[in-house]
Amino acid sequence: MLQLKGIRKVFNAGTADEKIAIADIDLSMNKGEFLTIIGSNGAGKTTLLDLITGTCQADKGAVFIDGINVTHLPEHKRATYMGRIFQNPLMGTAASMTIEENLGMADLRGKTRSLRWGVSRNRRLHYIQLLKKMKLGLEGRLKQSVNLLSGGQRQSLTLLMATLSLPKLLLMDEHTAALDPKTAIRVMKLTEEIIRQHQLTAIMVTHNMEQAIKYGNRLIMLHEGKVKIDIHGKEKESFTVEEAVKRFGSTLKDETLLSC
Amino acid sequence: MYFEGLLRVVPVSLELGLAYALVALGIVISFRILAFPDLTVDGSFALGGAVAARLIIEGVSPLFSILISVGCGFIAGCCTGILNTRLKINSLLAGILMMTMLYSINLRIMGRSNIQLLTVDTILTPLENLDINRFIPIILFFLIVAIAMKILLDLFLHTQIGFAMRATGDNEQMIRTLGVNTDHMTTLGLGISNAFVALSGALVAQDQGFADIGMGIGMIVSVLAAIIIGETLIKSKSVQRMTLAAIIGSIIYKLIISVGLRLGLAPTDLKMATGIMVILALGIPALRKGKESKVHLRGI
Repeated sequence: MLQLKGIRKVFNAGTADEKIAIADIDLSMNKGEFLTIIGSNGAGKTTLLDLITGTCQADKGAVFIDGINVTHLPEHKRATYMGRIFQNPLMGTAASMTIEENLGMADLRGKTRSLRWGVSRNRRLHYIQLLKKMKLGLEGRLKQSVNLLSGGQRQSLTLLMATLSLPKLLLMDEHTAALDPKTAIRVMKLTEEIIRQHQLTAIMVTHNMEQAIKYGNRLIMLHEGKVKIDIHGKEKESFTVEEAVKRFGSTLKDETLLSC
Repeated sequence: MYFEGLLRVVPVSLELGLAYALVALGIVISFRILAFPDLTVDGSFALGGAVAARLIIEGVSPLFSILISVGCGFIAGCCTGILNTRLKINSLLAGILMMTMLYSINLRIMGRSNIQLLTVDTILTPLENLDINRFIPIILFFLIVAIAMKILLDLFLHTQIGFAMRATGDNEQMIRTLGVNTDHMTTLGLGISNAFVALSGALVAQDQGFADIGMGIGMIVSVLAAIIIGETLIKSKSVQRMTLAAIIGSIIYKLIISVGLRLGLAPTDLKMATGIMVILALGIPALRKGKESKVHLRGI
């Protein structure tokens, strides 16, 4: 489904600040896989996502989605294949626009936009159904602008928007890190539900070891731009925080362990 | 007597306010929707006037002349967009470059620095020949044009492309992850914005009876003043209110200016007065510490 071949990204190449963010990573994911990526600050987690979405271009290597080489496609063209949720709840929605307008835009992911209404009556009913299922109390607030929502509500809306058109790949970048603990748990539950329901292929970057172990069916750990650990299947199911600390505690920085 | 004199400015202000409201609508697209401080306007306003005037004296029908000038305004705006998105020139500088180059282009189009239209038929001639007070049909004409353009713009901004354009100004990263080429949206938006401005230029030239190379100078500042006045009165909670605020603000601005002129303000001091008006409107909230800024306009 997703294949990264020898992907490499160096920032500030040739200067004193040169930093190898991603060092020749090979990674391939099957359809329906839910991968969690853990690693300390600067391990290259976000850069890896940026390389997949095309937010930044790789120096070397290639990215394939369903066998299609997307390495040289700009971000907005790759968008057809993938939905993304950012850490900052403000980044996933257009604040000055209403809830239904935001959903209307997400509905057209990767499609040609025309002079038809941005929100059609049929789709509006569909959005109300989806919002009802999320139990956020947003189904009656379709015409309110998004800047009136709380962080948790905005992130849940972003989640709905990212998955509305059922992209081949869902990318999440510490999307619960900026929320209060209670809201974070709610959003995470919602995330898992949506991924399971639609059998989405998903990648979730996280800082939190416990979260990385609890969710998903595959876990990789990035360290200094390389894949240090890759656990799937049965092994992943029985994996625990203690075992993680025992096996690669030395490569983990404090803040990763602290958030366990 | 004195009060009557002041009242006499009302019809003129309505006429001019509505004519310039189209520029205000254009600036709503660039500054407020796209958050792009586009300075092309000074040039594209004169461009609209220049193209229409030249074509009309060459014998082209007024309506067709106006359509051509709208097209020229659209192209001028797109050029600014391309300078910014393709050539990565800073948005302010891109606008200034286009504005400066349009000065030469406008002189070329007109062949001289101004063209009189008093002796030829314009789009307004049939209205002026009616057997009633000149102001009534002219004001109605500009009212209909302004409202029609406002409604068209409101409708456009609620289409799929309109949504993408609004999101480009609001959260560029987000709409790009939804598959929109934001460079195209910026360019298209600036094109439409300057088409509005050129339309206004073409109509104003015919209304005042001449096109002049300097007719657009200072346009941005005065229209910004109008938009700020409008948005102070009508909170811009929705697109419809934002465009309404632009039109109302434009009329009130012209009223204030006309009253000022009546009360003895020298016409040459107008730009100074307008500038001070904008500075006060934007600056006073910032000086009142602790209180949240009342005028919080994206792009301005």
